[in-house]
Amino acid sequence: MQIIFFLLAATALISGIMVVIQVNPVRSALFLVLNFFALAAIYLLANAQFIAAIQIIVYAGAIMVLFLFVIMLLNLRQPEEGGAHRHLGQKIFGSSLATAVIALVIYKVFRMIVPPGKPLTPDFGSTEMVAKSLFTDYLLPFEMTSILLLVAVVGAVILARSKVE
Amino acid sequence: MSIDIPTICLTNIGPLITLSVAGLLLLLFDAFSGKAMKKAHFHQFSLVAVVIALLQTVWLWNRQTTDFSRMIYVDNFSFFFNVIFLLGTGISIILSVHYLENYRKNYGEYYALMLFAAVGMILMAAGGNLVIIFLGVEILSIPIYILSGLFREDLKSNEAALKYLLLGAFSSAFLLFGIAMLYGGTGTFYLADLAAFIKKSGMNGFTYVGMGLLIVGFGFKVSMAPFHMWTPDVYEGAPTSITAFMSVGTKAAAFAAFLRVFLEVFPTVRMEWDLLLWVAAVATMTVGNVTALAQTNIKRMLAYSSIAHAGYILVGLIAGNQLGATGILYYLLAYTIMNLGAFGVVIAVARKKDNYLNIYDYAGLGFQYPGLAAVMSVFLFSLVGMPPTAGFLGKFYLFSAAVEAGYIWLVIIAVINSLISVYYYLRITVIMYMQPAEADLGPVAMTPVVNATLIISALAVLLIGIFPGSIFQLAMNSVKIFGS
Repeated sequence: MQIIFFLLAATALISGIMVVIQVNPVRSALFLVLNFFALAAIYLLANAQFIAAIQIIVYAGAIMVLFLFVIMLLNLRQPEEGGAHRHLGQKIFGSSLATAVIALVIYKVFRMIVPPGKPLTPDFGSTEMVAKSLFTDYLLPFEMTSILLLVAVVGAVILARSKVE
Repeated sequence: MSIDIPTICLTNIGPLITLSVAGLLLLLFDAFSGKAMKKAHFHQFSLVAVVIALLQTVWLWNRQTTDFSRMIYVDNFSFFFNVIFLLGTGISIILSVHYLENYRKNYGEYYALMLFAAVGMILMAAGGNLVIIFLGVEILSIPIYILSGLFREDLKSNEAALKYLLLGAFSSAFLLFGIAMLYGGTGTFYLADLAAFIKKSGMNGFTYVGMGLLIVGFGFKVSMAPFHMWTPDVYEGAPTSITAFMSVGTKAAAFAAFLRVFLEVFPTVRMEWDLLLWVAAVATMTVGNVTALAQTNIKRMLAYSSIAHAGYILVGLIAGNQLGATGILYYLLAYTIMNLGAFGVVIAVARKKDNYLNIYDYAGLGFQYPGLAAVMSVFLFSLVGMPPTAGFLGKFYLFSAAVEAGYIWLVIIAVINSLISVYYYLRITVIMYMQPAEADLGPVAMTPVVNATLIISALAVLLIGIFPGSIFQLAMNSVKIFGS
């Protein structure tokens, strides 16, 4: 179990980093797909089958296909090499600070006493259970999410519509 | 499988429902109504919605309860903040109308998005669960990202929207990661359960990391010092009416969540976050005030001034006592009115051909438009914190709370900072009254409604400064939920 988790976590992290540092947008998008699959497997390990399936169907399936289509339609060129070169001192200072923070966090995390978890209910992670909590305890967040999505859609229309008036 | 439906009472979220439904209706109205009659009525419709929501809020006064299976608190704290948010939204809508017509941007979506943003603010102040608070942050932020980029042909507006979107998404990730850490450490999202857990079994590594990340997330939204970089550019580039709206709305909402989470969940580990916030507050005040000295663009100046004001409010949070929390509520109300007023004058003076955003454009305003200059002076005096304005008493409460809690040096630094701020606020007054106009300002378009709003705001700043009793009592009542 442990080994599988760490393998998946490493895959997710590395593919996440690759998404950011790849120059070619199509490759970036494909690494994002890999990242989504690794995450889905982690959800599965955590007994959340429904969320894992949704992750693959919605994110890795639908959204990434749209992403790839948009990238291909836009026909992005490779950006020219170069751009803003950081000062060497800035690089060293920034990376050493980041390393120090990460070291501190890792040190703290490994010395941490993890509080005992609660035992899972037998139907944990099933579709019924997700639906049940969505429509009882999480009713208000569920409804408010619809406002959030609506706002995002309206925004996309306002910013992208062709010239009016 | 039997499902227990929790009991819910819709009047408890009355303002949320009114604002959301009004936003939806506005979108439909905009899409399906005829061209001729619709333009004029969007703002009236949204103002009516805001007024109804305000009445519904008043109806909720003195209810001490939770609803939607403890997802939201219905208490006087959220009551007070609802009043601030709705007041801010209402005044911003009034100030927007003429400005938008000037730029031919009087869309229905503009008002709908403002109402949705108000929904987000209310959720942030009322949230009893970290999920609700996060949703509130997003519902507030996304409309503001969009509205900042409303002037699509203006490069600065594009820059503002993009910068705010990228940095805002980054800060949301910090906030979310912090929430995940807190969940990992305690196994709950509910603020009350988090508080009980931490009281019983103390902090662990997860909760410490979570707390730190929450400070980063909220600090970004209130423009606290190491995370304030976005503020001047976004404030300068966004349409002025949106700058006004977000300068008061986002800040008040973020402080509401900040205050509730830290005073409810982490009161036992105050020493830990106090030191962190002490440094941040000093940096915020100093960076804001010192940089504002050098600004000649009035929107940038007000942006740095809003950073400085975040620093003053942090002083009250560090004090962490009843008086400090009361002071924050009082100050946020005063800040909402005075800052919106100042932006209202900036909007009135701005014109399409030339924005008149340089502070020297205000030369001679005192002779050409004595009324406008007079109200601007009242707002500026209040921002400085001169008696007898509301700004003075707000600062007085905040600083005396810090003295009571023993943070003498912090108060000394804060007072020095207030003195620095006198220079850049009063410089505008001096320019308005003592310098002759270089060029004729031309007609300043003023509608009776905007005039009335500015005058009432100025009077309100003076009135709650001279007779603070009732507002102070109200704020005092609202923070009783925090023990200690």
